[in-house]
Amino acid sequence: MNAPANTNSLLERAPVMIRDWIIGFFPESLRWPVGALLAIAAMLAVFGLVFAFLTLAERKLLGRAQNRPGPNRSGLPFFRGTKLFGLTQPFADAVKMLTKEDIVPRAADHLLHFLAPVLVVAFALMTFAVIPYGRQLVAVDIDAGVLYFFAAGAATELAIFMAGWASHNKYSLIGAMRALAQLISYELPLLLSVVPVVMLAGTLSPTKIVEAQANVPGGLIPHWHVFTPWGAVGFAIFMVAALAEANRSPFDLPEGESELVAGHLTEYSGFKYALFFMAEYFGMIGLTGMGATLFLGGWQAPCAFLEFIPSYLWFGVKMLSLILFMMWIRATLLRLRIDQLTRLAWKFLVPLALINLGTAAFWSRTDSWSGPLQFVRWAIALALIVVPFVVIGRRLTAGLAPRTYRYAT
Amino acid sequence: MLGTGIIKGLAVTAKNFVGSFYDPARLVTVEYPEKQIPIPENYRNFPFLVHEGDDPIATLRCVACKICENECPPQCIYIVAERDEKGKVLKKPKIFDIDIAVCMSCQICVEVCPFDAIKMDQHFEIAAGNRFEGLLLHREQLAKPNSYYQKIHPTEAAEVDAMLTAMKARQAAEKSAKAKPAPATQTPPPAA
Repeated sequence: MNAPANTNSLLERAPVMIRDWIIGFFPESLRWPVGALLAIAAMLAVFGLVFAFLTLAERKLLGRAQNRPGPNRSGLPFFRGTKLFGLTQPFADAVKMLTKEDIVPRAADHLLHFLAPVLVVAFALMTFAVIPYGRQLVAVDIDAGVLYFFAAGAATELAIFMAGWASHNKYSLIGAMRALAQLISYELPLLLSVVPVVMLAGTLSPTKIVEAQANVPGGLIPHWHVFTPWGAVGFAIFMVAALAEANRSPFDLPEGESELVAGHLTEYSGFKYALFFMAEYFGMIGLTGMGATLFLGGWQAPCAFLEFIPSYLWFGVKMLSLILFMMWIRATLLRLRIDQLTRLAWKFLVPLALINLGTAAFWSRTDSWSGPLQFVRWAIALALIVVPFVVIGRRLTAGLAPRTYRYAT
Repeated sequence: MLGTGIIKGLAVTAKNFVGSFYDPARLVTVEYPEKQIPIPENYRNFPFLVHEGDDPIATLRCVACKICENECPPQCIYIVAERDEKGKVLKKPKIFDIDIAVCMSCQICVEVCPFDAIKMDQHFEIAAGNRFEGLLLHREQLAKPNSYYQKIHPTEAAEVDAMLTAMKARQAAEKSAKAKPAPATQTPPPAA
């Protein structure tokens, strides 16, 4: 580390110190499992709360974007008249969800119907294990962390299919089928957008990828992947595919509440529904966390003199701003049709991601170029991005856009 | 170019998001229990009984003629007239109940009432914990002063009041005419 004075501040080391202090009470043989359990407990507590307030933030943000105030009613129990801007709304929701009747259709496959919400949360939680939240804050530091992350992330679709299949309901089944069609469409661009990062960092370990984006001592411009041509494109493709992986609007086809009666969620109520809801937000947290790790420098501060702010706060800021961006997109865009989604993924994102591999290769080959050649390097890299974007975009939208409205004025 | 529409859309939502904090005209929501949109004068929901003086039950305009009870399409009105010790019917209701769970707010009771005793109310916050006792209103709950009627339906109440005072004046005139000497009453009334 470049600036030991900053990076070893008390706040920076606090989580690890607390963990070591608690582990110290246990005998040597128990320290490893206790440490793992502590990490799990901390993650569940932190992300449980983050999830709770993200639901509120989303409803507030959507409300404001539609010129509504959003939820602002819930106050405190026993204190009538308190409102607190609706900040206790998540807890009221939780109580409501827990006390609702749990209805299982008679024709449903009871075991799978029960197992699906459990698995969907489990897979979403599994993805949290490999994300480096701070300088020393990673639950499991495995070498193939990126691979593991996307394997666990894709498995949530399995649980969603399980839910749709077990519900024995036509809407649920259509939703589940859509989830799978969506999976094979966006999973490819998602992984292809990550490949350049893995290639250039030379590792599949998220912690090492973050270290590869470390600041130059005294430098002011962040040395993040997103500030390279291939990184910017990769990040954009990653975010589009991540929206689809998290089943977020405009790619929330499996749910499709207006056409499929909430798709795979149709036959779920009460706490099981809450688990699906939680898994959606956990998936969003995991994907944006991985996006920040791969492209936005993970827990790295933007420049060296800002490193006095603890690394986990930087990570949190990056992750939350990405999540807020996803909510902003939800407030803006309409849901795509399934054929439009597959078309977008296969005919647009996959070619762009493949060309992006070439851009990344060019960028790493020309690493030694300096002086005026630097401009040539940027020009060639940008041309490699913009020209395919425009050409493929033109060809895809030929005859489709701009749309003319015959009957509406 | 591809993608410009998305950026335009994002700008629109961002403008609305920021604008909703600065421009109160954008936020059209009226936060109901604290604030309320004024109710239009012609709004009506359930009937109430008009009384004149300070004592609600004693000064009801209702004379228990039961016309409204007979005319009520869903039959939600129940009237029993007051009787004195000899069993003679007095001109006021002993029981006047309206089941507003049944009432369909058709206003026919108001149309048929010859005494302007029953009018339509505007009070809509009538949720009750019990749908049988809670929504069966008795004469004590139904009786509301004329001043309340003037407040909620000013135009209509002014007409009714003018008519009633005119009628009273006419009745008083007739009474005084009756009290006058006989020849005056024997002259045939002028053709209407």
